[in-house]
This record gives sequence, structure tokens and C-alpha cells, in this order.
Amino acid sequence: MALSRVPIGPYHPLQEEPEYFNLITDGEKVLDIEVNVGYNHRGIEKLSERKSFDQATFVIERICGICSTSHPFAYTRAVEDVFPVEVPERAKYIRTVIAEGERIHSHLLWLGLAGHFLGYNTLYMWVWKLREEILDVMEILSGNRNNYAMFKPGGIRRDINPDDIPLVLKKIDSIVPTLDRLRKAIIDDPVLHKRLKGIGILTKEDALDYCAVGPTARASGVEKDVRKDDPYGAYDRVDWDMIVTYKGDVFEKVVVRVLEMYESIKIIKQCLKNLPPGEIDLKLKDIPPGEGIGTHEAPRGETFHYVRSDGTNRPARHKVRAPTYMNLPTCEATVIGESIADATIILASIDPCYCCTERLTVFSPEGNKLYNGNDLIKLSQQKTDKIKKEMGLK
Amino acid sequence: MPDRNEILNELKNRYKDEIVSFYDKSPRRVYIEIKSESIVNIASYIFKELKARFNVASAVDARSHIEILYHFTLEYLDLLISLRVKLDRENPTIKSLTSVFKGSNWIEREMYELMGINFEGHPNLKRLLLSDKWPEGVYPLRCDYKEWDNNAIRDRGV
Amino acid sequence: MSIRLNALLKSPWVFHVSTGSCNNCDIEVLDCLTPRFDIERFGMVLAPSIKHADVLLVTGSGNRKSMERVKKLYEQAPKPIVVVAIGECACSRGIFIHSYNCPVPLDKVIPVDVYIPGCPPKPEAIIAGVVKLIQKVKEKTKNNA
Repeated sequence: MALSRVPIGPYHPLQEEPEYFNLITDGEKVLDIEVNVGYNHRGIEKLSERKSFDQATFVIERICGICSTSHPFAYTRAVEDVFPVEVPERAKYIRTVIAEGERIHSHLLWLGLAGHFLGYNTLYMWVWKLREEILDVMEILSGNRNNYAMFKPGGIRRDINPDDIPLVLKKIDSIVPTLDRLRKAIIDDPVLHKRLKGIGILTKEDALDYCAVGPTARASGVEKDVRKDDPYGAYDRVDWDMIVTYKGDVFEKVVVRVLEMYESIKIIKQCLKNLPPGEIDLKLKDIPPGEGIGTHEAPRGETFHYVRSDGTNRPARHKVRAPTYMNLPTCEATVIGESIADATIILASIDPCYCCTERLTVFSPEGNKLYNGNDLIKLSQQKTDKIKKEMGLK
Repeated sequence: MPDRNEILNELKNRYKDEIVSFYDKSPRRVYIEIKSESIVNIASYIFKELKARFNVASAVDARSHIEILYHFTLEYLDLLISLRVKLDRENPTIKSLTSVFKGSNWIEREMYELMGINFEGHPNLKRLLLSDKWPEGVYPLRCDYKEWDNNAIRDRGV
Repeated sequence: MSIRLNALLKSPWVFHVSTGSCNNCDIEVLDCLTPRFDIERFGMVLAPSIKHADVLLVTGSGNRKSMERVKKLYEQAPKPIVVVAIGECACSRGIFIHSYNCPVPLDKVIPVDVYIPGCPPKPEAIIAGVVKLIQKVKEKTKNNA
């Protein structure tokens, strides 16, 4: 019995390895899944132990490029939790603005890739073009498109220039009409309804058993969001809603992410309009011995950092847990039993950030036909075409 | 609305023989040290009765012994409970929590390969992250880890 | 540099592999394909398989598991092929130089022709790097001919 493996990832076909390209199936059904990770493991927890608390922030930013703010945010909260101490108000608001800007760009990135997997390449190009506007906003605020380097334990490193704020608000307002068009195109599209509704269902019991987090869990009715449950930053000072839906299929996961982008825009506008004056940095000198835990709601779920300090200027232990770590095992519950044409989109709907978790290869034993990764995506795109023909849209 | 102090007192009384120390650090953080034999009972109680969510477990090499901290979040109280167990450094062994909830599967595999802790009752205790060429018995996260690879290049050449 | 390489680089097909990166560089490479930077107007397309590729783009800091794959990929690639290391991690492992899982830099495993530093390099920098490479190949071919 030959085993075959298909690498599936958000940057498909960019992370491909020749010998792992075989998927053997029995007809159309996926019978079993085994997750094989470890291609991105860089030993960051051990690296933090050789750097000082301030220097570690730069290493931690590079755990993941898409959620490049979430890890420093959780880490700085963990270091501040060792005392515990509260950062100044202005720092809280600016941290929130950066974190929400990152959420918008991450959800747009995922939406584009989901469009690519389904065969909607136009959606992919349009959404990534829209994403450039948000990256421009982040460049105005922080100086860089991705690794913002704004966080440090005790506050933030650089201030926002108040002259930039009207331009930023104008740019954010200008993306709302395009976002509305996208939302209507996605949520009201009958082909997407047929394609995505009812597949890859994660029940609420399974979501709780696997301890899933983020939009993956919120689409299954689990009403948990770190920003509401454990308020930090400026999240309890502005007005916004948690988005929860109850069916748990792939369509609901798309809906949750699209609606979360509107909430992020609301939060950014309120924060920038009510930015309090004052200090941005507590200027922490020595971290006392102790332990601290920091969490943050990244675009994919809850990021968890644990820091132990022994009184020196280096962390004695630093534990990082990314949200995809808890969400990836749920693929056992959602993909088994579904057809292989749907396998790509179901796995992509957890929004896996492999660099945070390590890469994934999927095993599917039993069967006699060979597919590779590109074939899987083509199958997914062909299924969409078939549905369009059935509905008379082609 | 359940009260934070009521729930913590109930936990303290129920397991008073198994709790070694109880540190109420701040309104949102509680650190409880327990005996390593009772991890399954107490974790079961916290996960099932108190309806907590398991965050992650972190293994720490504290030179004289090895510690594992299990972190649980109770969202309705805005409280994070961390259970600490201390294990012998020569042969760290503890029961696996996979029978209580599935979310502990991967993290126990990771702790096994990076810190060398043995989890009894784990259905699939094999490597998660490290490559197959990595030597047996070498645990990177331990404080006495030494570079074993003679071909590694560690200076920038400047 | 051969005439064949010069001809192939008129419209190079690009194959991307990540050897354990934070994916920032990978996203910047994908950004090059999107409407704002649009390298498709130069004829550059992402190749679906290594056998169709003229340029091999490598990102990432040289994870032990991935390095074996990269070596095999390079051996399977039809020569001549140009290898481009994008990002600080691919050039020299960057901040991950002391990590237990990143033993050697990329150029000790496969020969690298172009280094594009940056963390991550902006799409403009990536395009500039590839254009420099094409110009260099053209010049060398002219000098040899």
C-alpha cells in the first residue's frame, strides 16, 4: 500500500518539494490525514535565551511575516506581566492601531489566496491590490510595510506624527467602498454558496475539544476573543463587536473574516481620532525575577507567550505558542470524509500560518491514483467551474 | 455570574492534599503548584467542570529539576490558571493529558523531543519538529545542550 | 554565461522554494505578481514545477529538513539555471545564525548567483535584483561572443 503526501500551504505553489507530491486516494474521498510538520522550525525559543529582553523583540517579530505584530505584542505584554505594570495610555492606543492594521492586511491576504484556490483569480489580484493600500497606511505610520519594529517592553519605540493622521484616515475611508463591493461579491455569490456551504464543518464540541482559537472557532459558535475576554490595549475603550456565527463550515469562516475587517476599520478610526497625548514609553530598566504571561488576538487566533526571568537581563525561558498550533489538528475532524477537490479550501480555511507552526504535509493512504499539489488546486478550481455550468452561469 | 474567589476556594478545598503551593499573583493570574501524580484529575476538573480552555503547556529546565506549566484560561472570569508540576531531571515522566482533551497531543510531542520528557499513555509519542537525522538523546531546550554538529558554521566570517 | 542562458532570460520562468522562512520574503515575491508591481509584463511567470524553471528563487534560513529538499531540487533542475537568494536569511541566515536547526548558509549547499539582502526586501528591490542579473548575463554573453 503506497502512501502519498501533498503539501498544502497558503503560498502554494511556492513551497513545493518534489518527492512529497503524491496523493493516493480511493475514488474521491479522503480517508485519513496525518499532519507532518517541522520544515520551518528555527529554534526561536532557544535563540531568545541568548538575547536581552529588548533584543529578543526583533527576533520575535520574525517568527511570522504576516502576523508580525502579534508576536511582539504578546511578548511585551508577557514581560510587563512579570511586574505587573501598565503602559502609558498613548502607547496602548498606538499599539491597538498597529495591531488592527495588521489584521486587515492579513485577512485580505487570506481572502486573495482563498480566491486563488477556488479559481477566482480576478478576486486574488483585486484583493492583493487593495492590500497595497493598507500596506501604504502602515508605511506612513511606522516606516515599513511588514516588520514594523514598533514594540518594546514598556511601550512603543516610535511615536506617530500627528500630521500624518488626516492622510491615514482618508486612505482608510477610501478602501471602504471597495471592501463593500468585495463583501457583496463574496457573500451574495450563488456559486460560492454552493461551493463552500456545508463542507468542512467543525462542530462546537470538536472546536472545544481541540481548543481551537480565532475565527476558526468563532465560526463554530465558540464566543471567545481575547480582546473581549481579557481586555488590553485600547480594546475596552472603543466600541466594536465580536463576530460569531454558528454553522462552522468554510463559508462561515469566510464571512467571519470579512466582517472582522469592518470592525478593525472602526477600531482604527476611533483610536486615531481619540489619541491621548503623553508618554509612549515607561523606560523599564531591570526586569525582576518572576514569570509573565502575555496573550494577543492575532488575525488567526490567540497568541500565547510565557516568559520567565531570573533577574538578569536575558529571559531564562521563553515559550511561544502560535494560534495555528491549536487550529491545525482540527483538520482531522474537518477534512476526513470530504472529497479531495475540497481538501485545499478546507485546509486553507483555518488560515494556516506555517511559519508560526511549521509546515504541513498531508497524508492520504489507500487508493490507486496519483495527484500532486497543483493537481489538487486544479481539482478545486474545476469543481467551481462545474458548479458554474450547472447553474447556467457559464 | 460565578465569583472568582468562590471558584478558587472550591478548587483549593477539593484538592487540598495535592496542592503544594498556591500563588495568587494578580486578579488575572494564578499559579498553583501540584504533585505530578494528580495532574490528570485536576486538569480534568478544570477543563470539564470549570469549562476552561487549554492554552498550552511550557516545559522549563530549572537547573535542579524540570518543570511543566499547564496554562488554562477561564474567559468568563478573565482568569488564567497555571498548574506547575516539578519533575526529576534524570527521568522526567508524567501522565499524558490526551485522554482528557485532544488539544494536548502536539504540545506533548514537542516537549518530548525538545526537553526529553516522557508522557505515559500518549497514543503517538514520536518526533514532531526535528528532522530524522537529529541524534537521539540530545534535547535542544535543556540548559546543558551543546553543539553536536561539527559541520555547522556559526561565525559570519567578518 | 552561455547564449542559451541569455535567450532563456528573455522571459524567465521562476520557481520559488522556501527553506524555513517567516514567509515575509515569500509574500513580497507574490506581491511582485500583483497589479502594483506586476513582473508579468517582463515575461516572468511562476513555474509550476522545477523542470520548467529558469530561475530558482530561494528564501528562508536553511532548516535541516528543508536543506535536503533544496539540494535535490537543484539537482533536478535543468541546467543552466540561475539561483537567487532573497532576503537576509537566504544570504547568510541573518539573526538565525546561532539556531540549532540552521547549521549552514545556503551558498554552502548550492551555488548562488544573486544575493538580494533585506528583511524583507521590498518588491522594488527584488525586481531591481533580477533586472541586474539579466543585464549582467547579457553583457557577459556580448563579451564572450
